[in-house]
Amino acid sequence: MNKVFGRSECLTDTPTHFCPGCTHGIAHRLVAEALDELGITDRTIGVPGVGCCVFLYHYLSIDVLEAPHGRAPAVATGMKRAQPDRIIFNYQGDGDMAAIGTSEIIHAANRGENITVIFINNSVYGMTGGQMAPTTLLGQQTTTSPYGRNFQTEGYPIRMAELLATLEGVAYSARVSLHKPKNVIQAKKAIVKAFEMQINQMGFSMVELLSTCNTNWRVSPVEALDVIENEMIPYFPLGVFKERTGKDFL
Amino acid sequence: MTDKKLTKGNIALAEGAIQAGCRYYFGYPITPQNDIPEYLARELPKHGGTFIPAESEIASINMVLGAGASGARAMTSSSGPGISLMQEGLSYLAGSDIPGLVVNIMRCGPGLGGISPTQGDYMQAVHGGGHGDYRNIVLAPASVQEMFDLTIKGFELADRYRMMSIILADAMVGQFQEPCRLTPDHPVVMPDKPWALKGRDGKKPKLLKSLYLGPGEQEQHNLELKKKYDEVRANEVLCEEFRLDDADLMIVAFGTPSRISKTAIRMAKEEGLKIGLLRPITLFPFPEQQVYRHSERIKKILVVEMNTGQMLYDVKINAHKDAKLSFYGRPGGGIPFPDEVLAEIKKALE
Repeated sequence: MNKVFGRSECLTDTPTHFCPGCTHGIAHRLVAEALDELGITDRTIGVPGVGCCVFLYHYLSIDVLEAPHGRAPAVATGMKRAQPDRIIFNYQGDGDMAAIGTSEIIHAANRGENITVIFINNSVYGMTGGQMAPTTLLGQQTTTSPYGRNFQTEGYPIRMAELLATLEGVAYSARVSLHKPKNVIQAKKAIVKAFEMQINQMGFSMVELLSTCNTNWRVSPVEALDVIENEMIPYFPLGVFKERTGKDFL
Repeated sequence: MTDKKLTKGNIALAEGAIQAGCRYYFGYPITPQNDIPEYLARELPKHGGTFIPAESEIASINMVLGAGASGARAMTSSSGPGISLMQEGLSYLAGSDIPGLVVNIMRCGPGLGGISPTQGDYMQAVHGGGHGDYRNIVLAPASVQEMFDLTIKGFELADRYRMMSIILADAMVGQFQEPCRLTPDHPVVMPDKPWALKGRDGKKPKLLKSLYLGPGEQEQHNLELKKKYDEVRANEVLCEEFRLDDADLMIVAFGTPSRISKTAIRMAKEEGLKIGLLRPITLFPFPEQQVYRHSERIKKILVVEMNTGQMLYDVKINAHKDAKLSFYGRPGGGIPFPDEVLAEIKKALE
């Protein structure tokens, strides 16, 4: 019998701490597969932010540096400049990147830092217990928006993939989802593409992954997948918002 | 003297960084330290180095974290308000055992304050600043030559102990010019850093982190850090002892006030008064034993600072119990004149 699918060498044989139904584990697997398939696992350093992603080093067999909350793009900048032949990626959640770390992500992207950012958008602060994030949908109830997010007082959900795509330094910016097998396959392609951008020294690359947080959304794992389909995707459309094809710098 | 060149303090520091093998500078503009980034923006590329005008001091210190974790000698510099923003990063660097260098050319505060020289950031540098139970090595140059030499020393100590070094200089030391030897007084060696993150390269993956959630793990980590800090305390104290042998009063001062105090001490000698000076060069580790040993014999101590009394507390807890302490401080950009210090000496001797 031919083995048609197996665990990537990069993915450690460790049960994750993620809640049942969370798609973080899929995102980890896709990153591991991408690193192995591109043959870069040995020379990759991961820089997770703060949140559920912080234990990246338990699950990926790569060098890892923990970054302060929101600062991962600045940390990765220092690391990439010191060792330009290494592959450096950030793994950040939406509280980390879209709230406390907006300055660092925008300027790393704008400098065209040759790094890759894996961005998990699950519309809440997961690890701290489901508080409202800048990505929380209008009307969405969280522990700190108990009456539902109101645009008059809390503003609107931030679309990071589109926002970053406006910056000249960005080589690749895409939004994918992890809620259906078809989408997972597309997500994998986007992650591989993002790392290829870095390998080819094209500049900053970012993949936003719509992800479940069924525990904090107070829904079942299956219902959470429907939330992505019916509530998140209408506001956070999937697609590639920027893809540089050559080194066509201004 | 031919090998010396008239040099500004900030420039000597920046050149010292290059001579120390630092090739990565990240920083945000603020007066009175702008000569440092401007010099390095021009000179680092000539040495194959990288200069990034960062978007904030928060980003600067985190870039130092990333480059430091890669095994490189990296630095940033700023002044009061910017150094405050870096405290988060300094805490993470300490928690993750990553070395690097931060320069604080002190301006007066609190708040936006002013751009005149001060020593108001002593407490922040020496006794914390960021969260958690940690220390930084703190070096206090009092001359342009020390701006050069202590920058090299700062990088060496940082690497030896995997700690952050802070150069804590007042704006006067940063801005004045003196003849300076711009070559290291010893060969600069780049140590091996087997802990640096460079990709696993077929070996076991490495990790630098400051999160410890398991039972007792954080306490164990803190105790290991303390062991390291105790080693620094035992081995790395630097101080200058000036005319202390037969002194009836000991001045304790660092940076610019130490030089003003020396002038006052010479003036006092002409009046037949025997005054000495203990000048801490390392503020952490503080010359605890030296303060104690001298105060066993010299019972009168005058602490002179450009603040309202910060190092004073370190002198107090280390001085002999019978020592009588007085303090003279000029905060907010005030610079003590030698005759003011002399008047304080006389008052203390009464």
